[in-house]
Amino acid sequence: MNQLIESAKDIFQNNKAAIIIGYTKDKSGRTKPFIAHNSDEAEKLTFNHHAVNNLAVYLTRLEKPKDGKIGIVAKGCDIRAINALIQENQIRRDDVLIIAMNCNGVVENQNEEFSKENTQIKCKYCQLRTPNNYDFLLGELEDFELPEDSQQELMNKLEAMTPEERWNFWESQFGNCIKCYACRQVCPLCYCEQCIVEKSMPQWIETSSTTRGNFSWNLIRAFHQAGRCIGCHECERVCPMDIPLTLLTRKMGMIAMKEFNYKHGMNINEPTLIGTYSTSDNEDFIK
Amino acid sequence: MEKVEEKFEPKIAAFVCNWCTYTGADLAGTSRLKQQTNARLIRVPCTGRIDPVFIIKAFENGADGVLVSGCHPGDCHYNAGNFHARRRWIFFKELLDFVGIDSSRLHFSWVSASEGKKWVDVVDGVINSVREKGPFTQYKKINREFEIPLETESKL
Ligand code: SF4
Ligand code: SF4
Ligand code: SF4
Repeated sequence: MNQLIESAKDIFQNNKAAIIIGYTKDKSGRTKPFIAHNSDEAEKLTFNHHAVNNLAVYLTRLEKPKDGKIGIVAKGCDIRAINALIQENQIRRDDVLIIAMNCNGVVENQNEEFSKENTQIKCKYCQLRTPNNYDFLLGELEDFELPEDSQQELMNKLEAMTPEERWNFWESQFGNCIKCYACRQVCPLCYCEQCIVEKSMPQWIETSSTTRGNFSWNLIRAFHQAGRCIGCHECERVCPMDIPLTLLTRKMGMIAMKEFNYKHGMNINEPTLIGTYSTSDNEDFIK
Repeated sequence: MEKVEEKFEPKIAAFVCNWCTYTGADLAGTSRLKQQTNARLIRVPCTGRIDPVFIIKAFENGADGVLVSGCHPGDCHYNAGNFHARRRWIFFKELLDFVGIDSSRLHFSWVSASEGKKWVDVVDGVINSVREKGPFTQYKKINREFEIPLETESKL
């Protein structure tokens, strides 16, 4: 990815950023997150179909460099996370230098070759393959039809079930959760310094991984993403128990769309959905 | 001995705001209006104070249904608490429905301090709806996941 390395070197030479968060290939050929501090390290940067991680998570986890901006390599879905963090006043636009990539989809399994069928689910309904907020835009967009989105099918199936059947589905799914909190750690929008699950006086969510505690954990995490989740599918990717977590957050996104015609992280000047209200919000369900 | 068939009486947790619904329920009492007694009232300052985690906690503690009630829009003692709450409920009720806790167990209402009669209607309606739905056996099952069965306990 010569274009990327050239730009990164130029950024360091002209002191446009202090560090660049990007991807590199390790010795075994895996693409993984990497932070470059100077032009020499910039040589190691890469971008390809296996660049799955949403690097925006580091923006709130890293200490801010004293001597300049944080540069970040970002795909469309990552840009939505960056936009969301700006909307939520967690970072300032001026503090980041965004090196955006036109994206043709990513593949989760590092051993699989890219094809448009085996991309992550999110790529199949992505609407931001060309980022909308950046300092540099690199890469070529290939023109292709997006294949069928299999998650939508499962979603429809769940919605058609009776409440009891839905409960059974989720009981068996949540029953598997081991409360490792990887879903939270990887989420760019779970930046709370103290998560509700760590509050112990009183303790709202049981920390042991009982089905009951798992229910409250997974429901509250999903609720905290209401109107906020930007659909990067990182939570589901990292879940060691393969719980289809994005079904819940995608459902929240669908409600945001249906009730408020709102999508988070699309425009940095838009006020957040859950931080505001309207006197004409729907109240058909309230007696 | 013949086992007596016990009639199911639902347990309802009602989260009500201090300024409107609680006072409305109080009015129902002082006016001596007749109402069913299955609801346990939990008084909070404002509907905006009701974190959805409260509702989950209520189910964990054996509630068969939950009612959330506060001031009518525009009447909030803190001006906008109920507007913020309403926006959150839109998401939360759909989320609970999506995991199988449907609207027959989770109810919302606006009841003002002068609406003693409306309170009676609302609370009776909620109790009837939950009674019809039956005990929340599914939540009760996960609540008891690690309970030691009585027979085993006596052997210990
Ligand atoms: S909840 Fe999951 S899909 Fe949504 S922003 Fe967080 S990691 Fe991404
Ligand atoms: S689950 Fe909720 S409280 Fe915990 S980090 Fe995420 S948003 Fe914050
Ligand atoms: S990543 Fe999966 S197993 Fe771990 S806490 Fe989240 S839902 Fe549970």
